[in-house]
Amino acid sequence: MAQLFRPASNTIAKVSLAAIVLLLGSTLAVAYIMDRGHWTTGVQQAPEQPIMFSHKHHVKDDGIDCRYCHTGVETSHYAGLPPTETCMTCHSQIWNNVNITQPIRDSWSSGKSIAWTRVHDLPDFVYFNHSIHINKGIGCSTCHGQVDEMPLMFKVNTLNMNWCINCHRDPSRYIRPKSEVFNIDYVYPSNQAELGRQLVKEYHVQSLTDCVTCHR
Amino acid sequence: MFRHKLGLVLLGATLVTTACRQDMHNQPRYKPFAATDFFGDGRSERPTIRDTVARGQLRIDEARFTGKVNGKDIDYFPIQITQADVKRGQERFNIYCSPCHGRLGNGHGMVVSRGLRQPPNYLDPRLVNAPIGHFFDVMTNGFGAMYSYASRVAPDDRWRIAAYIRALQLSQDAPPQVAEQYGAKVGGGPAGGMK
Repeated sequence: MAQLFRPASNTIAKVSLAAIVLLLGSTLAVAYIMDRGHWTTGVQQAPEQPIMFSHKHHVKDDGIDCRYCHTGVETSHYAGLPPTETCMTCHSQIWNNVNITQPIRDSWSSGKSIAWTRVHDLPDFVYFNHSIHINKGIGCSTCHGQVDEMPLMFKVNTLNMNWCINCHRDPSRYIRPKSEVFNIDYVYPSNQAELGRQLVKEYHVQSLTDCVTCHR
Repeated sequence: MFRHKLGLVLLGATLVTTACRQDMHNQPRYKPFAATDFFGDGRSERPTIRDTVARGQLRIDEARFTGKVNGKDIDYFPIQITQADVKRGQERFNIYCSPCHGRLGNGHGMVVSRGLRQPPNYLDPRLVNAPIGHFFDVMTNGFGAMYSYASRVAPDDRWRIAAYIRALQLSQDAPPQVAEQYGAKVGGGPAGGMK
């Protein structure tokens, strides 16, 4: 009877074992990258916008408060995007003859909205309310990052559920005094654990982790 | 070679399942300011139909919502102004007015240094003597190069800002002995917000 396994079988067996491990590993890696990578989540990626609007210039260089344009953030679920009128408040007079601001003037004269691309696009099955976060001591920069350092707008957090839950389970780690909510340079103090617990109590912040808190 | 095939199937399944997750993310409903092709102007948010009044938006108190009575600027506050209201006025002033008017109301705001026409100093006798309704009217309807802030600042907040403008006029023009007496007590600094 001839040999069932030739000498090469040893190598084939070893290579097969290695291939299984490698294939499984790479499949998981690809899955992870596809699910959590910047390419999917949009983190760190500035989408193309109709105007090359720079938050860095308006917030850092000019010192304009977030609420000057995002007027609804304290009272509404939606922070609000400024109408063309807000842009024209300054740009009817300054930088009013350059190409970069042309879409503002086009919109102003035609009455057509400027079609911005939404950067922070939550899934439609999530209920989110800006005002409750703002009014309970969660700062803009906690979720939106150093917007004053962004020449073009991008998001710094995935807005994935585990990211939301991370704070909802223990808000004391991220809460800050209400007076500092709009301070984009706010740095958490070294006694954040203590201060956080105190603020959570003072502002009556609840750790809401029921499904229905966000999915309703 | 069966194992390799299994691997390929797994890989394929992963690619397929991670790629189809947008179905429920983008449901057939409009988010705020979302575009639509249903209306000619492309907006899903519709403007208020003329002469309709939303609940809580009835504005028949002429003095409170126009700052005028019989076409003349009023010289009194139509709402009660407490210290908390002045503080709120300070905060709103620093957000909406200070970019041009400056935090002291002297017209040296940051945007002015960028080339916007300089607004008058609040210490200008014309403005010191102006009735309070004038400031409300300017915020509501704009003035000169200034656009209307009616859509950005709620009516009662406009009165609170007007109150703070009066406070600025008093504090910036205070006699030295008063400034000395109260200066340290009043203290400085913005009421929250950015530095």
